[in-house]
Amino acid sequence: MKSRLRAVLMFILYSLMLPGIAWAGDTPTIDTGDTAFVIISAAMVMIMTPGLALFYGGMVRKKNVLSTMMLSFIVMSVVSVIWALYGYTLAFGPDIKSFIGGLDYLFLNGVGQEPASGTIPHVLFMAFQLMFALITVAIISGSIAERVRFSAFLAFIIIWVSVVYSPLAHWVWGGGWLMKLGTLDFAGGTVVHISSGVTGLVAALVIGKRKGYGTEPMVPHNLPMTVLGAALLWFGWFGFNAGSALAANGLAASAFAVTHIAAAAGGLSWVIAEWLHHGKPTILGCVSGLIAGLVAITPAAGFVSAVPAIVIGLVVGPLCYFAVAVIKSKLGYDDSLDAFGIHGVGGTWGAIATGLFASKAVNEAGADGLFYGNAGLLVNQLIGVGATILFAALATFIILKLISTFMNLRVSSDDEVVGLDISLHGENAYAYTDDLVGSITKEVKAPAEAAGTMVKTV
Amino acid sequence: MTKIEAIIRPGKLEEVKDALNKLGIHGMTVSQVIGCGHQKGRTEVYRGAEYSINLLPKVKVEVVVRDQWVDQCVMAISEAARSGEIGDGKIFVYPLSDVIRIRTGEHGDDAV
Repeated sequence: MKSRLRAVLMFILYSLMLPGIAWAGDTPTIDTGDTAFVIISAAMVMIMTPGLALFYGGMVRKKNVLSTMMLSFIVMSVVSVIWALYGYTLAFGPDIKSFIGGLDYLFLNGVGQEPASGTIPHVLFMAFQLMFALITVAIISGSIAERVRFSAFLAFIIIWVSVVYSPLAHWVWGGGWLMKLGTLDFAGGTVVHISSGVTGLVAALVIGKRKGYGTEPMVPHNLPMTVLGAALLWFGWFGFNAGSALAANGLAASAFAVTHIAAAAGGLSWVIAEWLHHGKPTILGCVSGLIAGLVAITPAAGFVSAVPAIVIGLVVGPLCYFAVAVIKSKLGYDDSLDAFGIHGVGGTWGAIATGLFASKAVNEAGADGLFYGNAGLLVNQLIGVGATILFAALATFIILKLISTFMNLRVSSDDEVVGLDISLHGENAYAYTDDLVGSITKEVKAPAEAAGTMVKTV
Repeated sequence: MTKIEAIIRPGKLEEVKDALNKLGIHGMTVSQVIGCGHQKGRTEVYRGAEYSINLLPKVKVEVVVRDQWVDQCVMAISEAARSGEIGDGKIFVYPLSDVIRIRTGEHGDDAV
């Protein structure tokens, strides 16, 4: 019971097939080391979403930095509540016809300190999975930043996490049909990255290009902020991938190592690609490549060794570079911060690569890939990729069309020109000086008077 | 009284300040500005997308001098700011109708 797959499978068995039965010696018990490790891993995955806010925030124009970061932070608020109320049970409740989880864990009833399976508390597994839902939904915002209306985004994420993410997580991890088919996704190549990337692309197409896209420069306003965000993402990704072993064991250590190696290879290969293509190696390219490497290794992290990890990273850099630098401009869609170009494309490659390089020598609970004599796994992976793309794209299109009957999906043209920070949130990230920002419009207590009412304590 | 406004390369600011200080001119206003003249812009690349940056960063130095110092001041700035390459900038000379020192209320040459 050392891998996520096996842990979840056992969880389903206990929940469905053997209710109320426990044998002496077989009762799962808490392991303090495993529990400590997964708590820390969950915290590391949590910091990825603020990291993403910085990563994205630096890449937009300065008039939209706060509104862009806000999209990530509001996801953390909204999705966390939904997950506790009903999202978790839809994803990991007892299987209903291989499509969705039952409502046994509605409002987290029955999700307590006892282990559901494996050696960690059930509530910790729920919290760990919650962090995955957060980063997945936040990634989508990168495609539609700088023009999406905040209220429309709120409506969208509430519906999307309910009808797309939770069922998809169930399909792959919660005992659904892809899991039964044998599709492998160690830490979220399909569930997290393909689903968010494809959703972002569809949303970008439905909402439309930013005003002035293609004619006005839309250059990143603060690349050091983006680099800091990438650093937090890289750090958090160790919790994302190694933590998905759900135990402090050799598999976690292996996932940790290949995660780092693939990220490094991705950063290197993107830089080489742009150096050859454009003549200069850039820091934005370096951090974009390492994120692409992390995306690509995610589904494979628990199933591959070091050399395949290097290959996965070396391929994904030029692949995603080609997607964002050539394909995007050729096709003319405005995926603002390349959520599709990096997460959609990188995640797809990672899922396919899992079908090529997975090895039972790394994880006996997994399967051998094509290069280890099992072409069937590659077929399963392709089915998983295709199903995820179709489901996410179709559902996203329907949700957005539904919302657009009630409200505008994007801000007005004037608001877009002013910038969303001011027009939507009434905030300014970079006030010129404190003295020049304006006058106080509401009566406030004079500082001297306020000071006079203070009671001195000696 | 004359106002001299020099748009120069950012890297030449220290040399221009030294040259003006040698003439005894210590008061000046310096701003970071962007603009374009004959100098072509540069290309920036973000994730493979090229952007042509036509407005380049420059520094604007503004000084006000008595009329008899104008020629020397212009000469000092132009020599200090010159690299010989395209993009060295320009100097604008304006006549001033009055100058007032806020602290004392002095006018004209006395306030310069």
